[in-house]
Amino acid sequence: MLGLGKRDTSLVIIVTLMALLAPFILNPFPTESAMAQFNAGYPDLLQRFVIFGIFAIGFNLLFGLTGYLSFGHAAFLGIGSYAVVWMYKLLDYNIVPGLVLAIIVSGLFAVLIGYISLRRSGIYFSILTLAFAQMMFAISYSDLIGRFFDTSITNGETGLQVYTSDPQILLNDWESVPHLLGLVEMRSTYILDAGAWSFSFNAGYYFCAIIMILAFYLSVRIFRSPFGLMLRAMKSNQQRMTYTGLNTKPYALAAFVISGMYAGLAGGLLASMDPLAGAERMQWTASGEVVLMTILGGAGTLIGPVLGAGFIKYFENIFSKINDTVLHQWFSFMPDGLEDAMVFIVHPFIGKGWHLTLGILFMLVVIFLPGGLVEGGQRIARLFARRKDTAPKETQSTPAE
Amino acid sequence: MSNSNFTRRGVLKTSAIAGAGLALPTYLRAASDSGFTNAPTGSTVTLGFNVPQTGPYAEEGLDELRAQELAVQHLNGEGDAGMMNTFSSKALKGNGILGKKVEFVTGDTQTKSDAARASAKSMIEKDGAVMINGGSSSGVAVAVQGLCQEAGVIFMAGLTHSNDTTGKDKKANGFRHFFNAYMSGAALAPVLKNAYGSDRRAYHLTADYTWGWTQQESMQAATEAMGWETVNNVLTPLASTDFSSYIAPVLNSGADVLVLNHYGGNMVNSLTNAVQFGLQDKMVNGKQFEIVVPLYSELMAAGAGANVRGVIGSMNWNWQLQDEGSKAFVKSFGEKYGRPPSNSAHTCYVQTMLYADAVERAGTFNPCGVAEALEGFEFDGLGNGPTLYRADDHQCFKDVLVMKGTENPTNEYDTLEIVEVTPRAQVEYAPDHPMFAGGELGKCNPGA
Repeated sequence: MLGLGKRDTSLVIIVTLMALLAPFILNPFPTESAMAQFNAGYPDLLQRFVIFGIFAIGFNLLFGLTGYLSFGHAAFLGIGSYAVVWMYKLLDYNIVPGLVLAIIVSGLFAVLIGYISLRRSGIYFSILTLAFAQMMFAISYSDLIGRFFDTSITNGETGLQVYTSDPQILLNDWESVPHLLGLVEMRSTYILDAGAWSFSFNAGYYFCAIIMILAFYLSVRIFRSPFGLMLRAMKSNQQRMTYTGLNTKPYALAAFVISGMYAGLAGGLLASMDPLAGAERMQWTASGEVVLMTILGGAGTLIGPVLGAGFIKYFENIFSKINDTVLHQWFSFMPDGLEDAMVFIVHPFIGKGWHLTLGILFMLVVIFLPGGLVEGGQRIARLFARRKDTAPKETQSTPAE
Repeated sequence: MSNSNFTRRGVLKTSAIAGAGLALPTYLRAASDSGFTNAPTGSTVTLGFNVPQTGPYAEEGLDELRAQELAVQHLNGEGDAGMMNTFSSKALKGNGILGKKVEFVTGDTQTKSDAARASAKSMIEKDGAVMINGGSSSGVAVAVQGLCQEAGVIFMAGLTHSNDTTGKDKKANGFRHFFNAYMSGAALAPVLKNAYGSDRRAYHLTADYTWGWTQQESMQAATEAMGWETVNNVLTPLASTDFSSYIAPVLNSGADVLVLNHYGGNMVNSLTNAVQFGLQDKMVNGKQFEIVVPLYSELMAAGAGANVRGVIGSMNWNWQLQDEGSKAFVKSFGEKYGRPPSNSAHTCYVQTMLYADAVERAGTFNPCGVAEALEGFEFDGLGNGPTLYRADDHQCFKDVLVMKGTENPTNEYDTLEIVEVTPRAQVEYAPDHPMFAGGELGKCNPGA
C-alpha cells in the first residue's frame, strides 16, 4: 500500500492507530483514582509526545542511517520556533506561513552547518555541530544580533513572545491564539466524560499527530529507497564507497538537511501549540536529549525514536510532578514508621530526582537491550513466537557473497 | 484464518459490550457552563506550585515549596494559622477557600521558560489548577505569566525582580507581590550616598538577561541622580562560573565602587572573585573601594559566606523583622522546618494567602472576579507593613529593606542585618514610568 511493503504498511498503520487513539491509550486510569497521577493523556504532553517524535524521527534519518552523530540538532528546533513566532508577530496567528518558513529556514541553516561540519566525520563532526549549536544558543540567549541592530530578534532569555504592539498586519479581531487557516484554534479541546474517565481531544494534538504520521511515512519511504540504501552503505564502510569512485558528501549533506528540516518542523510545531520561543530549546542539553531518545528507542529502527521520545517526555512530565505528599497518600495503608521509611526510600527518585530515575533506566536499557526499546519488544515477541512453533529455525544467515 | 469466532452468541456478546461502551459518554463536560477555566466542582480546589527544583535556583525553589505547603496547611485550618491571625483582611476562616479544602500539585520549572510552561500547562490541563504560584527567575515568570493569561488562570508570581514582569510584559491575569529593580535602586541610592558619599565612580557587572538589564538600568539611574558617575557596564553570560577575567579590568578603570547586578550562583561566584582579588582593601581616588549587591537573598548570602560582610544590598523581606506578621510567620515556619524562611519563601506564602483571601472576598474562583478583588487592595499584617496592590500594573507597593552583610555573625542564619527600612513613598513610581513603559495589561481572561 502506498508504495510500502507488507510489514511497513502494518507498521505505519500501527503508528497511525497509536497516534489517533493516544488520548484513550494514555489515560487508562479513572480521573479520581490514585493512579490518575500516571495518566499522560492531557493535551500538552500528547503534543510533546508527537512533536518530539517528529524531532527524533528526523534525527534518526541522519544518525540511524548514516551514523553521523550530530550533537547540535536542537539548533534547528530553536530556529523553527523563532520562525513561527516571528510570523505571528509580523502577519497573524495563522500557523501555516510560520511552519513553511520554519522548514525553509532550518533547511538553509542545515545546508550551511552541514556543508562545513560534514568535512569531518566521527567525533570531529559531532564537536563541530555542537559548536555551531552552542554558538547559536549563545547568540539567541543574549540576543547579540538584535543588540547589534538595536532591536530585539530573539528577546534573549525571556523568550520571543507576541505583544499587542507588534505589526500583525493580517490580524483579524477574533484572533488571539494560534489557529489553522482560521478553521480551528490549536488549543480548542473537546472533553469526553465517560463514566469515571475523562478524555480530552485537542485540535492542536491531532494536527501534530497527522503531521507526525506523514513524517513517519516519509521516513519509511526514505529508509526503503535507493537513497536510504546509499546512506546505510556509507554507515557500514564509507572508505570502500569512496574507493569505488563515489562521492558520498552530497548524500550525507542531503540526509543532514532533511534531518534538519524535520527538526525545524518540530520546533515550528512547538511554537504553534504554545506561542513562545525560548533560547533554551537550542541548548546542548536539548541536543543531547534527542540523542538519548533515539538510542533509548533504538537507533536505526523505524519506530524506535518515536518510542524513545515518548518515554523521555513521560518521565520528564509525570515523574517530576510526584511529590512527598503524593507518596504519603500511596503508602498511607502502611503503619506510620514503615510509611515514612518507604517515602524516604522512594523520595530520591521522584520530583526533582526524575533525572536519576531516567538515568538508571537509560543505563539498564543500554546494557541489557543495546538495540533499545525496539529490541525489548522484539525479544518479547520472540518469546511468544517460540512458544507457538517449535519448528527448528535456520540459525545462520546465508552469506551475501 | 480458518477458525473464525463469528458465532451468533459471540456477535451478540460483542455488540452488547460495544453498545454499552458507546452509551457511556453520558454528557459532554461543557467548560463554558461555569464561565472560567478549571472551575472547582467537588469539595476541593487545586492550586499549582511551580518552582525550580533543579538547576541554579533549586534551593530557592525548595524553600518556596516549604512555604507554600505551610500556607495550604494554614488555609485548611491546620497548624497555628501563621499570618492569617495578623492579616488585616479577616475573610479567611481556616476552612479552605470558599469552604473547599485546598489541595496542591507541584512542578519543576528547571529555571527554563520552556520547562516551566510545560509544567504549568500540565497542572492546568491535567490537574485542574485554578492558580499558579511560585518561580525564582524573571524570565520564567514572564513566560508563565503569558501562559496563564492565555489559559485563563491567575498567576501569583514568586521571586521575580525584573521591571519587565509588571512593566512591558505585564498581564491582566498576573500579580506580583515581590519588589522590583527600580525599587531596589530607589531604596539603595540614599543609603549608598550616606555610606560612601556622593562623589563615586561605579563599575557595573551585569547578568546578561532581562533581570540584569533592568537592574543595571535602575541602579545607574538612581546612583547618577545623586551624583555618582558610571564608568562602565559589562554584561556577563548567565552561565559564567568564573568572573576573574571580568574583575581584573575593574582595578585599572579608575572606579571605586563595583556594582554586581548578579543573582544566585552568579552572585556568589562574582562576589567571591572580587573579594579574592582584594578589591575591598584597595584605596582608589583616595577612597575605600566598595562592593554593592543590589538584590540580596539569605540563601545567596549563606553561599557567599564571609565574603558578604559589610556589603550593602536590598531585600523584599527578612526574617529578622519584628512586626507581628513576620514573627508569626517565622515562628510557624521555624516550628515546621527548623529554619527561618527566606524572602522568596515569604513572598510565595503571602501570594497564596492573598489569592485565597481575594477569592473569599470575591465569592468566586473566576479569575476576573479574583483580579478585581486584588486590584487596588490595601492590606497590612503580612510582614511588609501597609501594602497596596496597584490596579494599573498589578505591582505591590510596600517598604523595601536595605541590608548589609553581618560583620560578626552569631549563628549560621545570621548572615544579613537590616540597615534601613525604606518607606513605601520613596520607592513609588508612576505606572507610565519610562522603565516600565511599552506593555499593556490587556483584559482579564477567564478562559473557557
